[in-house]
Amino acid sequence: MRRIVHRDRDESTRKITRRALFMGGAMSAVVAVLGARLRYMQVDEADQYRTLAEENRISIRLIPPNRGQIFDRNGRLIAGNEQNYRVTITREDAGDVPEILHRLQRVIPLTDAELARTAEEVRKRSAFVSVVVADRISWDEMSRVAVNAPSLPGVTPEVGLSRIYPLDTDFAHIVGYVGPVSERDLAAQKNPDPLLQIPQFQIGKIGVETWMEDELRGQAGSKRIEVNAVGRVMRELDRVEGQPGADLHLTIDAEVQNFAQARLGGESASVVAIDVNTGDILAAASAPSFDPNLFVRGISYTDYAKLTENDHRPLSNKAVQGTYPPGSTFKIITALAALEAGVIDSESTVYCPGYYEIGGRRFHCWSRWGHGHMNLDGAMGKSCDVYFYDVSQRVGIDKIAEMGRRMGLGQRHDLPMSAIAEGVMPDKDWKRRSYDQEWRIGDTINASIGQGYVLASPLQLALMTARLASGRAVTPRLVKSIGGVEDTPPEPPMMDVNPALLRMVRHGMYTVSNKLGMTGYNSRIVDPAMTMAGKSGTSQVRNISAAERARGVIGNDDLPWNRRDHALFVGFAPYDAPKVAVACVVEHGGGGSTVAAPIVRDLLLRILTGKMPPLAAYPESQRARIQTALSEMSLRDFSALASATGVQGRA
Amino acid sequence: MSFLEYRIQTVPTGLRKALYLNWPLVLLLTSVCAVGWLMLYSVAGGDITVWAEPQMKRFVAGLSIMLVMAFIPIWFWRNISGVIYLGAVGLLVAVDVMGHVGMGAQRWLNLGFIMLQPSEVMKIALVMMLAAYYDWLPPNKVSHPLWVAVPLVLILLPVFLVMVQPDLGTAILLMGGGAVVMFCAGVSLWYFAVVLGAGVGLVTVVLASRGKSWQLLRDYQFKRIDTFLDPSTDPLGAGYHITQAKIALGSGGWTGRGFMQGTQSRLNFLPEKHTDFIFTVIAEELGFIGACSLLILYVLIIAFCIASAVQMKDRFAALVTLGIAASFFFLFAVNMLMVMGLAPVVGVPLPLVSYGGSAMMVLLTAFGIVQSAHVHRARDR
Repeated sequence: MRRIVHRDRDESTRKITRRALFMGGAMSAVVAVLGARLRYMQVDEADQYRTLAEENRISIRLIPPNRGQIFDRNGRLIAGNEQNYRVTITREDAGDVPEILHRLQRVIPLTDAELARTAEEVRKRSAFVSVVVADRISWDEMSRVAVNAPSLPGVTPEVGLSRIYPLDTDFAHIVGYVGPVSERDLAAQKNPDPLLQIPQFQIGKIGVETWMEDELRGQAGSKRIEVNAVGRVMRELDRVEGQPGADLHLTIDAEVQNFAQARLGGESASVVAIDVNTGDILAAASAPSFDPNLFVRGISYTDYAKLTENDHRPLSNKAVQGTYPPGSTFKIITALAALEAGVIDSESTVYCPGYYEIGGRRFHCWSRWGHGHMNLDGAMGKSCDVYFYDVSQRVGIDKIAEMGRRMGLGQRHDLPMSAIAEGVMPDKDWKRRSYDQEWRIGDTINASIGQGYVLASPLQLALMTARLASGRAVTPRLVKSIGGVEDTPPEPPMMDVNPALLRMVRHGMYTVSNKLGMTGYNSRIVDPAMTMAGKSGTSQVRNISAAERARGVIGNDDLPWNRRDHALFVGFAPYDAPKVAVACVVEHGGGGSTVAAPIVRDLLLRILTGKMPPLAAYPESQRARIQTALSEMSLRDFSALASATGVQGRA
Repeated sequence: MSFLEYRIQTVPTGLRKALYLNWPLVLLLTSVCAVGWLMLYSVAGGDITVWAEPQMKRFVAGLSIMLVMAFIPIWFWRNISGVIYLGAVGLLVAVDVMGHVGMGAQRWLNLGFIMLQPSEVMKIALVMMLAAYYDWLPPNKVSHPLWVAVPLVLILLPVFLVMVQPDLGTAILLMGGGAVVMFCAGVSLWYFAVVLGAGVGLVTVVLASRGKSWQLLRDYQFKRIDTFLDPSTDPLGAGYHITQAKIALGSGGWTGRGFMQGTQSRLNFLPEKHTDFIFTVIAEELGFIGACSLLILYVLIIAFCIASAVQMKDRFAALVTLGIAASFFFLFAVNMLMVMGLAPVVGVPLPLVSYGGSAMMVLLTAFGIVQSAHVHRARDR
């Protein structure tokens, strides 16, 4: 049996071998055809195809669209496009590249390091690829290159568009800046726009430039061009124009923004102004700031280090991404929650001996001697802590937190800005989730005066004040129109809080700023048409140690800067028909009523009057000092700016 | 039971198998891949990270798989041929049902860590299945009509599934590979004559169906045929690929334009220059000498496979080696015919040279089986 299998096998393998060899023969025939065809095309017909290759001239290039411009609410240019000049070099036309670069160095200023970098780049690229030697050169330098063209073969002056921010530091945090497309940008996109592959193309890196990238970028056009075999453009055959990006108008008033930024000066601070009826953000300043134009041009290492090492954090947009314990400004929320729960009315009083005792612990009022019997107006006006400790124990944290969220705290408001903070509006459930601990009495005590776990951003505080002032559930808005189409939001609905209660708290804030002896009295506005109502806050950034308490209260001035208290103030005006709400935080500034309140007052006056604050609105005793202070502010000269940028305002 | 298993004592064992590998074949495969890396580097404009580097990494992975497979006895591969075939059919069905749509055709299956192209897997699976079938079938029955019908079904099932995708190129390659295994197994030549005649008839019918309600091919497929027959009718549209490819190829001359100096590829006249049309870049930049050298490398790979197959006494080993060699041959032959304007553009990559992980992995895996057959062949004492 096995032998038969064997013989059979031998016969069958011989058959396989025969057929395999036959197949090999057939394959050889095909290969011979391939070889012959290759020889025919590459050797016999080579000249003909070589000519065709030389004549092969139609190439399609993308035309980058003009990026949409960004304006303020009055049509003032914030981000525009500027023509810039650059010089490129092409190896095959230059011939001796180092020699040409050396000659170029005598025409325009170039460092040896730049030359070495260019030479290396030229060497790596193909002979006909042009490499940028110098970017953003002046018109003078450009003309000098053009005049010297005969002695600079392969060197071409070119014109391009690049982003410019004429209001430099004022809008650095809001609008952000653009930069070259990075590998990370490409990786982040599912279907990257072919435009992103164009060298020199720039996209938004932070702020509105990033978040509105799709609207701003526009659609690429294309052109069919005739090139010769080495890729030089001979002429344009036809072109399909692209769609330029949409222009944006922000809700911000550039002049107000400039005033706010200048008013903050060198402090590490931020201030946000909101229209209480529409939610339009009129100003959102964060100081210190930086010049976004540096980033567009490619910031130097030392400049960048200067920004990152500054303890005032100029790169951070404190208006939306900074979160602070709101301090006594939070008493607005505690009071509202208590009024709504019915545990107090505007006349019920609490006795303040200077401390509050519960569960064997003693919580101090900021005033060691106590305030005596306090009703709501008095407690707000003098910012009595004990009143709110007591009230908070009767309301409970969950109702306070619920009111805080209704007023806009503890949530991320959707705006086209980067790194918008959520803040913290703590309640029992939150603490269990975050710390896996039970809520304690002391936590409610701390939260009632905006300390402890509570964190809010200046934007949230401004929004809280706006909702209180108008009684409407406004949401913040930054973009007014896109491509000329007005983005009209529906009228904000009324808050679901009894308007009578809001009125009571507003009256408390009126007391703060307008009654003699109250915390905000010094920063009052005397013009009855623009009366301000507000609430100050001074929030601790450190725990007071037992040893410190024993030694007595240490003055803020004696502490190192970064351990001093934050100064806060929220306010709105006019009191009887509110228009604008402003919130200000000065990091480690000291007292809210002395440092932050004047800033809020000045900004409110600037917005309500539409010009520099009139001295008549200030108390008489302060006018001389304020006059000097206002005249010393370094404001931008917008009239000069308009004429300088007017030409390219609408390119 | 395999013929080999009677003579197991003549087969090398353990690490000694490494000495019996078909080392010239390994060297040839590496050389072809190296040509691919050079050209991918050139096509990317002197940037290694774009295509060349990922391709090298995949080669290292593929080579490792090939060597591991070579160490596994050939009868193991025969025994699991049926399972692999069924698995590949399953994958094809899966990709038809829920596959990822890329470039207008659903061909890819996303397995999370790798994008798998089941039609690639099917190319080996089919060859293995048919080889195993003829190993099992007594040689005197191969030409019996009933026993010819079985392999026909085995071939036409995946061909149908691939056509649905639609991927005409792969369908043709599958039929070619299957036919070669049947041919080598000794199926009567009459059958081939009949099929050839039917094929000619079918082409006539297909061409006649154009524009009728029962049109058998998609419009774009007809368009490819048109442009193949006369590329000059539409030089900037459908004929663009072929015209530009021929110009690139022809302008290479004897010695080419020089490495990284090809204007056709540099100026982006060539489409798909890193995948299907990479041979034109080779021809343009390295000339007739370069292109012929690559062709010779390919021919040597086939020659070594056939030489190895005729020494084998095991039917499965011989048939699978021949089938894989033939599939490999069809790949480069169809690709080259296509770019030289002798065949319509059907979207077949140049094996081991074109950029693409799935195809290269599958090819190196296939050569792993060829190596296994070579290592475990019966030797006379």
